[in-house]
Amino acid sequence: MAAMSMVQALNNAMDLALEKSPRTLIMGEDVGFFGGVFRCTEGLQQKYGAHRVIDTPIAEGGIVGVAIGMGVNGLRPIVEIQFADYFYPAMDQIVSELARLRYRSGGEFWAPLTIRMPCGGGIYGGQTHSQSPEALFAHVCGLKTVIPSTPYDAKGLLLASIDDDNPLIFLEPKRIYNGVFDGDRDKAATGWDQHPAGEVPENYYTLPIGKANIVRQGNDTTLITYGTMVHVAAAAVEKAGLDVEIIDIRTIVPLDIDTLTGSVQKTGRCVILHEATRTSGFGAEISAQIQEQCFWHLQAPIERVTGWDTPYPHLFEWDYFPGQSRVIQALQRVLEAG
Amino acid sequence: MHHNRPETRIHIPQSPTRPGDKPDFSHIKIPPVEAGRRPAIDTPAHEMDDLAFGLVRVLDDQHQACGEWKPHIAAQKLRDGLRYMLQVRLFDDHMFRLQRQGSLTFYLKCAGEEAVAVAAAQALRSGDMLFPTYRQQGLLVARGLPMVDMMCECLSNTHDMNKGRQLPVLYSWAEGGFFTISGNLGTQVPQAVGWAMAAAYKNNDDIAATWIGDGSTAEGDFHYALTFASVYKAPVIINVVNNQWAISTFQAVAGGENSTFASRGHGFGIPGLRVDGNDFLAVYAATQWAAERARAQAGPTVIELYTYRAEGHSTSDDPSKYRPSHDYDAWPLGDPVERLKQHLIGLGEWSEAQHESLIEKIRSDVSAAYAEAEQYGTLDKGPRLSLSTMFEDVYKDMPDHLQKQLKQAQEG
Repeated sequence: MAAMSMVQALNNAMDLALEKSPRTLIMGEDVGFFGGVFRCTEGLQQKYGAHRVIDTPIAEGGIVGVAIGMGVNGLRPIVEIQFADYFYPAMDQIVSELARLRYRSGGEFWAPLTIRMPCGGGIYGGQTHSQSPEALFAHVCGLKTVIPSTPYDAKGLLLASIDDDNPLIFLEPKRIYNGVFDGDRDKAATGWDQHPAGEVPENYYTLPIGKANIVRQGNDTTLITYGTMVHVAAAAVEKAGLDVEIIDIRTIVPLDIDTLTGSVQKTGRCVILHEATRTSGFGAEISAQIQEQCFWHLQAPIERVTGWDTPYPHLFEWDYFPGQSRVIQALQRVLEAG
Repeated sequence: MHHNRPETRIHIPQSPTRPGDKPDFSHIKIPPVEAGRRPAIDTPAHEMDDLAFGLVRVLDDQHQACGEWKPHIAAQKLRDGLRYMLQVRLFDDHMFRLQRQGSLTFYLKCAGEEAVAVAAAQALRSGDMLFPTYRQQGLLVARGLPMVDMMCECLSNTHDMNKGRQLPVLYSWAEGGFFTISGNLGTQVPQAVGWAMAAAYKNNDDIAATWIGDGSTAEGDFHYALTFASVYKAPVIINVVNNQWAISTFQAVAGGENSTFASRGHGFGIPGLRVDGNDFLAVYAATQWAAERARAQAGPTVIELYTYRAEGHSTSDDPSKYRPSHDYDAWPLGDPVERLKQHLIGLGEWSEAQHESLIEKIRSDVSAAYAEAEQYGTLDKGPRLSLSTMFEDVYKDMPDHLQKQLKQAQEG
């Protein structure tokens, strides 16, 4: 075991993946010589060569289109999109091609890509460096979408993603790349070495895709979340002193709905927390499924705590960001209802 | 002038002729066959810029092969090429009629463009991967996919390679090195570049070839593909089939008025060949040249196949609404089937009688193939794929939520 930040854990996972198979390669903007703008691929080109950790032109649609062709020809590309906000030029290649190759060809062709992209805000990135686009991917059948919340999960889930024969979107909450951020902007992020999930085995391991993680056991309310918000949720529950069950879904699609409904049937109350905008955010889907399957157990309306339906603002970042106080208020409303 | 129908300073390209006009192709300049030069494959790209503005030709007006591009090709291979082109044409005719009779939801012919696909397939190796768009059915025929398999795809029946998931003509054939055709345009071009890069990564000398229409070169994917092909010297041939029409818009709307499509690669240092796409031997020779370049790690080539879409875009449009009727009869580069036939007759390797009996034979083969295909089901009659195939292959293994939905669908 070693103390690792999320960046180090991701780097370690890709190192092991490149070591394991010569058919695996990394491509993206600035990923090679420089090691990536967030340093996730640092040292890998030096270790494996420029043919395996490839610096690409600034053309996300081209990067994904080319990687699909490589995948069809037996390679297993790990694609880095520098910010999730930049993936839109690749939308057609992801939606119409990558996600549907296997289906449309009757199972003859597929491309096992893992597309990594840092997401989320809280870094003063403004509206083009802060987005959380998971709901857009969730709506595309044929994709799996994963979002880890700790270094331990990041490594195990990334290795599982690279191994998966389905195309995968791997969202990395960049606010917690280098430390735990609990939503309190006045407090410095604490190092991952202070967090139990910052202890990461150095050997190869995978975590199952499609399996949620009950982060904190509780009886009075279920709080469903993912990514950076897992830590905001934990801090809010701690601060309010409530008996809340916190679940990190870890995989957007396929969703581990059974773990969620099991918890809500026990607690009878549910709050869903995410950073992305509200309308048609992934919380809407979770809420719909919980309502369908747990209606007769619910003692209060399901609440959503989310980013507002605006672009991610520069000036009002902390009014947009769904921080601890909004989480606590929602928990209290749900607990007091019914 | 109507106050709401202004003349402005925007240049709007126009087709030289529209319905009611006499077809007029006088703007097309056809250089003599002898004018074409065939440079060595290792010639620096910028020293070949002229080839993107000329016209690679082999067959002269008397259907004789001449000039520097004349390929070495055995008479039997030429007869095969003629047979494949005829088969494609008669297959298309049959399927088009079936659509009109209500047996198919859709069909799309490649009349006039048969040489573009058939000659290229014959010039490439079997290990080379093909990334076509929807008007290269000739690739399948030349690589030997039985007609019945093509028909089963069009019928979405129990033998459909796509398991009933795609429109007619959007074939897929992994065994034949034919990539699944998208319904979206241009996406296959960067994919072909990536496939070619992977071949280079694996240190083998297979190459990729891709086809895109003149209209779709306006898509970003085409330009991404040129960038990546150039940057990584991908062993790929990027064919632009300039059949002059993108449904109803003339090729000038895709930018063909200001430069040739063959020259699109020049800014990337990629050489371009502009080729008479209705000249079987010219398409063969150009493909062979570009394939040799790619295999020798000399880089990608753009080939513009200058041709004419002899009929409508598909069964869904009526070309008499946007272009003169009988325009194909006036096309100055003739018909690819007729020209190869006359060439073979001139060589003493073919005859009118042989040609007629081949047509009869293919017609009967097409009918027999359709009779067999129908036995595997049609959209509304006969055997039918199981409902579960709708939910399969979305993922490699069916996840829980799809298993639940399948069960719901089965319960009706």
